[in-house]
Amino acid sequence: MTLRIDDVVLTYPDGDRTLTALDHVDLDVARGEFTAVVGPSGSGKSSLLAVAAMLLTPDSGRVTVAGHDVSGASPAARTRIRRDHVGVVFQQSNLLSSLTALEQLLVMAHISGASPRAAAVRARELLIAVDLADKEHKRPHQLSGGERQRVNIARALMNRPEVLLVDEPTSALDHERGIRIVSLLAGLTRENGLATVMVTHDLGTLPLVDRVLTMADARLSEDGRKTKADLLAAPMGAGE
Amino acid sequence: MFVALRDLRFAKGRFALMGAVVLLITLLVTMLSGLTAGLARENISAITELPADRVVFAASGDSAPSFSDSRVTDTMWREWQRVPGVSTAERLGITMGRVASGERGTGAAVFGVENVRDGEVVLSSGLAEELGGEPGGKHTTVRISGQDFTVSATAGAASYSHAPVAWISIGDWQRTAGQDAVATVITLRTSGDPDLAAADTRLGTVTVDRDDAPAAIGSFSSENGSLQLMRGFLFAISALVIGAFFTVWTIQRRGDVAVLKALGASTGYLLRDALAQAVVVLLLGAGIGGALGAGAGALAGDAVPFVLSAATTAVPVAVMILLGAAGAALAIRKITSVDPLTALGASR
Ligand SMILES: Nc1ncnc2c1ncn2[C@@H]1O[C@H](COP(=O)(O)OP(=O)(O)OP(=O)(O)O)[C@@H](O)[C@H]1O
Ligand SMILES: [Mg+2]
Repeated sequence: MTLRIDDVVLTYPDGDRTLTALDHVDLDVARGEFTAVVGPSGSGKSSLLAVAAMLLTPDSGRVTVAGHDVSGASPAARTRIRRDHVGVVFQQSNLLSSLTALEQLLVMAHISGASPRAAAVRARELLIAVDLADKEHKRPHQLSGGERQRVNIARALMNRPEVLLVDEPTSALDHERGIRIVSLLAGLTRENGLATVMVTHDLGTLPLVDRVLTMADARLSEDGRKTKADLLAAPMGAGE
Repeated sequence: MFVALRDLRFAKGRFALMGAVVLLITLLVTMLSGLTAGLARENISAITELPADRVVFAASGDSAPSFSDSRVTDTMWREWQRVPGVSTAERLGITMGRVASGERGTGAAVFGVENVRDGEVVLSSGLAEELGGEPGGKHTTVRISGQDFTVSATAGAASYSHAPVAWISIGDWQRTAGQDAVATVITLRTSGDPDLAAADTRLGTVTVDRDDAPAAIGSFSSENGSLQLMRGFLFAISALVIGAFFTVWTIQRRGDVAVLKALGASTGYLLRDALAQAVVVLLLGAGIGGALGAGAGALAGDAVPFVLSAATTAVPVAVMILLGAAGAALAIRKITSVDPLTALGASR
C-alpha cells in the first residue's frame, strides 16, 4: 500500500482532559485509488490528513508513506519524506502572494534542490494539465478561486509524489467549479498512479471517487459499510 | 533566495522604505565618523606624530596625566636619560600662545623642542597659511610672546587642541613661557623592554604610550567620547529599527512560512532565505548611504575637518551591515516556531 495508517490514536490536550480526534483508525490507499473521506464537522477528518502528511505524530499506531515507516522518524526526516513523496492540496489555495502561477510550482523544485531547467519543463506540463498555460505569469490576486485551486493542485504534483492529500478542495468554489476540480483530481490520480485521499463536504462530487469512507466521532467507518449510493440517498448534515 | 527575491520585488514599497532608513542612518554614521576623525586630527595630530614612543608626565597626586598640569624638572629629564633601555629622552614644552606676523596674528600651540635652533621657528602648514608667510618670502619674521623669530621652515599639518603649531627651541620656549620648569613633558625613544614603572616611581613621573597620550589633552576625551557615543547610539538604533521591521515582516509572513514548511521546506532553508533578504536590503541601503557619506565628506573636506579613509567609510558600512543582520536574525528566528499544521484546514 502506498499510504497505510494502522491503528492510529491521536489526542489533543483539552484543559485537564484530552480530546480524542482519531480513535484506533486504519486506512489503506493503493496506487491509483481515489478515496474520499466525509463526515460531520469536528469528526477528525483534517486530523487524519495531518497524520498522513506527517504534520502530526500520533499517540500510538503506525503510519507508512511510500514504503517509509515514519512513526519514529525525526522531524527533519518527516519533512524530507513529505517533500519527496507527498503532495498536499490545501483547503484554501494558500498560494504565496509574491509568486506567479509558474513560480508557485518552481519553488517546489527549489526547495528540493532539483534542476531548474527540468523543473521549468515539468511546471509548464502541469500548468497545461490543469488548463492554465495562458495564466503562468499571473499572481494569486489576479486569478479566480477555481484557477487558484488548480495552481494549488499542480503545485502538489510538482515533485512527482506517490501520495496526494486534499483537504476540502471545493469549499471556496461553486458547485460546477467544484465538480471540475474533483474530476481533474480523479484524472490526475489515475494518470499518475497516485494514492489520493480527499476530505470533502461536497457530496455531489462523490460519484467521481473510487471509495468513500465516513468519519464520525473520531472513528473511520470500514470499507463497504456505506456506499456512495447510501450517502447520496441520505445526505449527511441531516443528522448533524 | 527564490521566495526572498520575489518578496522583495512584490513588496517593493515596504522594502524601499526600510532601505531608505538604513541609507540615511549609514549616511549619518559615515559623516559623523569622518567628522570625529577630522576633529580628533585637529586636536591631537601634533602629539600622535611625535617622533617618540612614550610620553613622560610629571605626576600630580592621583589625577590622570594632563598636558596642562604637567611640569617636568631638570632632574627628571637628566635621570630619564640614564634609565636603561631609554635611547633618547627629549624635553618638550607646550604652551598656547599668539603668533603674529606684521598685521596678522593668530592663536597657536607653541612647542619647545630640542631640534630647532635658538631664534628660529618652524611653522605648521596651517599656521603658515594663516600668517600668509613662506620661509624666505615676505614674512620671514614672526613674533611670539613679544619676541622675534626667523621662520626656517614650514612642516606638516600638525595641530594641537584645534590650533596650528609653531616649533621653537626648548631654550627659547623656557624664556617665552616664563616658567621655572624645563619642559611640559619628556618624550622617550626606547629599545627592548625598559622597566618604566620602576623609573616612574623613583622619579615621580607617569609614562604613557604615545598613542594613549591624547587622553591627556583636556578637551579630547570629552569631545571624542561624546562623538563616539553618538555613533554607538546610531548603530544601536539601526539594529533595533531593522530588528523591528523584520519582526513585523516575519509575523506577516507566518502564513506563507507555514505553507512552505507544509510543502517540505526545511527550517534551515527558510531561515537562509529570510536572512539573505535582510542582507540584500542592508547591502543596498548601507552601500549607497556609505558612498553618499563619503561623497559628502569629500565635498565638505575644505570647509570642515573631515577624514576620508577606510576607517571612516568602509568600517561604519560594515558595522551597519553586521549589526543590521544581527537584528534581523533575531527577528527571523521566529520562523523556527511556525507550525506547518496551520497551513492545513480553514484557519487561513
Ligand atoms: N490543534 C488542536 N487542538 C485541540 N483540539 C483540536 C485541534 N485541532 C482539532 N481539534 C479538535 O479535534 C477534533 C477534530 O478536528 P478536525 O479538525 O480533525 O475535524 P474535521 O473533521 O476536519 O472538521 P471540519 O469538517 O470542521 O474541518 C475537533 O473536535 C477539534 O475541535
Ligand atoms: Mg477540517
